[in-house]
Parts: sequence; C-alpha cells; structure tokens
Amino acid sequence: MSQDSLFHGKIISEQKAENISRVEELAYDLKVDQVMTRDPATVTPDTPMHVVLDLFRTKRISGAPVVLNNELVGLVSIEDLIRCLQKAEMQAETQKYMSTKLLTVRNTDYVIEALKLFVNSHYGRLPVVDNNGKLTGIITKGDITNGILKALQYEYHDEEVRRYRASHLFEDIESDRSSLILRYNIKQGDFMHGGAASSAIKRALIRLGANPQIARRTGLAVYEAEMNLIIHTTNGGIIRVEIEPRQISITISDDGPGIEDISLAMRPGYSTATEVVRELGFGAGMGLVNIQRCVDSMRLESIYGKGTNLRLKIFLPEQEPVGEGN
Amino acid sequence: MNVKELIQLIDGRLLTSSADLTKEVKGGCGADLMSDVLASIQPEAVLLTGLCNPQVVRTSVMADVAAIILVRGKTPPPETISLAEEEQIPLISSPFGMFELCGRLYEAGLNSRERPVDGSDCDCGG
Repeated sequence: MSQDSLFHGKIISEQKAENISRVEELAYDLKVDQVMTRDPATVTPDTPMHVVLDLFRTKRISGAPVVLNNELVGLVSIEDLIRCLQKAEMQAETQKYMSTKLLTVRNTDYVIEALKLFVNSHYGRLPVVDNNGKLTGIITKGDITNGILKALQYEYHDEEVRRYRASHLFEDIESDRSSLILRYNIKQGDFMHGGAASSAIKRALIRLGANPQIARRTGLAVYEAEMNLIIHTTNGGIIRVEIEPRQISITISDDGPGIEDISLAMRPGYSTATEVVRELGFGAGMGLVNIQRCVDSMRLESIYGKGTNLRLKIFLPEQEPVGEGN
Repeated sequence: MNVKELIQLIDGRLLTSSADLTKEVKGGCGADLMSDVLASIQPEAVLLTGLCNPQVVRTSVMADVAAIILVRGKTPPPETISLAEEEQIPLISSPFGMFELCGRLYEAGLNSRERPVDGSDCDCGG
C-alpha cells in the first residue's frame, strides 16, 4: 500500500513515517465499521431511568444511545445514572439526564478519527452514524483495542499460514515426480538489480523449508552466475531453478558471446572483466571457482560465438527435504 | 558483541533504521573484492569494505552478513541505503580506515570469519 493511500493525503515527513508503528498504521487502516458494536441497545427519551439501570445491568454496558423516531437525540451513560441515583429520581425520564451535546463518528471514518475524538474529549463512547445520520452502532476505546488486536493476530496468522503452506507444498500434490520451477530474466549491464533474482531464490527456499546452509549455498552459487550474466553476456540470460523435495537443479543460459577456452575460464584468478566491473568489486576471476565450491555438481558447456549453458545441482540431506514439511 | 556495541567501538554512523541492533556479531571479514567475500566469509560476520555500491548489500544477503561497515567515512549512494533498509542489514559508516578498524575489532575480541584459502585455490600472479 502506498503512503498516500495509507495516510489519505495527509503530509507526513519521512522521519515521522518511519516512527509510525504497525499499531498506528492499523488505526489509519481500519474503519470504524470494522471495530464498532453493531445494533447497540437503545432507549427512547421517555424511558424511565430505572429501566436504563436494568438495561445497563443485564446487558453489562455503560452507555446507550437515545433514539426517537429513528433519529439519534442523545446519549445516556453510567455517569448520568449516578447523578440520577444521587437525587433518588429513578422514575424520571431519560431525557432529563441524557447528554444532548453529541460527538459522533461516521461508520466510514477511519479508527484514527474516533481516537482523536476520545483524546480531545472526556467521552468514553461515541455513537456511530451513517452518511444519512442514522445510528448504526456505538464505539468505545475498548472496541478499538479489540479491533486492533484482532487485526494484528490475523496478520500474524496469515504469515504463519503462508509459511506452513509453502513448506508443505509437495505433500498435497500427487504425481510421480513433482517440482517447482522459478524463472528469472537477467538483463545485460543491469548492475543496479544484480543479485535481485538470487535474493528471491534464497527467500523462496527458506519459505519452502530449506535449511539455512542449503539456502546459503544456492544463493551464493546463483549470485555469482547472475553477476556473470550481467557482466559477460551480449543480451543477458535466463536463470531457471527447479526445486524438488530432495534436489535443486539450476540452469543458467545465455546466447552469447560464449567462452573461448573453458579450462582457462575455470582457472582461479583468470578474468576477462573490464576495469569498470572490477571497480564494482567483481571480476576477480573467482566466480566459477566459487560456484563449483557451493554446489554438488556443475556442468559448463559453451560454444564460442553461440552461448553458454551452466548446469548446477544441489542435493538436499535425506532428513531435510523442501516442501514436504519437516 | 552485538551491532549496537560494534557501532560505539568504531565511532560509527548508522545509515539504516530497519535492522535489529541486538543481533550478535560472531567475527569479521574485510575485503573490497566481492568475489573474495563470497569465497571466504562465514555466516554472521561483520563485513568491512571500501565499496559502496548496492552489490555490497546483495553480497551480504547471500553470505548471511550480520552488519556492513563502510571504511574511511564513506557515504554510499541512496540505492545502497534503501536496499540495506529493505533487507534489514545494518549499514554503518566509520571514519577510520580498513587497517585501523580491523585492529580495533580484533582487540575487542572479534575474531576472523574468513575461511583460510591455500595457494592451490588461486594462482593469480603466481
């Protein structure tokens, strides 16, 4: 969600935005409608106060809107009831004690509007009205706390479910051999995004339940290969990762220029990288050597003038497969 | 040593705010060649480097680096900072040079997290 839609056009400095916690964000995210108590118990102006007392006691509430002909005319609270009890006037009608100076919020307002009213007034509850001014509910600070807690719990639960689902991906799918294929197109010369694909692959493996060492080895190998595509190819290339419960197969392919002498390219320290690339911290001639160190098998094929194909395999420990829940 | 203590030790300036500063740092590694970092670094190390481009952060993500220290008071481009922010890796700038920083960290009890490489692995210039 963009900052604009989150804060509804309010200008918030970057520093301020950084300090906003998730709870505060939710106050801007949730609507009054989502946290309020619907169809609250109501009374009419002529309801005797002893009936109000009974209502509060049986419903365990501390305030009620006063309604006449579907119009909100007041609010009667436990404080009004106490004043009435002091005067021993329990036969009096509600309209004598209710407050008529009303602060209301709309059901379509964000929770933050209700919070502001609570902060700036001494009211403990606010009637909620729709756009036509008709009563639709009542909101207390407790309703807001509950609503935010529920939303936080829901979000937490959501992430849990997502992880759980990914880590059990293969369990519920029947086939003789299931796999998940991820593909990434890498642009030549795109140093700015170099490594983005490798990061995504590493994250995917961790979500699928891979142990951290496996995710790290795969990430390192693919990262070197991804940088090779960016540095050395004519038109970029494709990274394809096939994930099976017990092995990860990676193919990195491009359509040129190809490697002239593979054994020379495999020699540690040999590099054809330009000065610009070296300034970026790459081109030390260790890429292929590093890749080989991280994987269980590596096959490099290249036709000079045609392109290069690098195939890597990483085997997962017997007891720690991915996507089968461990 | 955690990241917060590390920052104090090197008069560091923290450039990101998303990272958890109570994270433990298990040792250090210093290099300007990202390929060297990828080849030798062990997980949960602090990386000292003079490089400021976003690849430093990418390399750190791949290599499970606990924190990045930019030596000689360098200020990286905004792309590097925003990537570090996104990946929740603490990015710290220190006024001292690489040698001074390695010395300070070693003296404070932080060991090397660089895997030793024997000559057979690299014959550049040899």
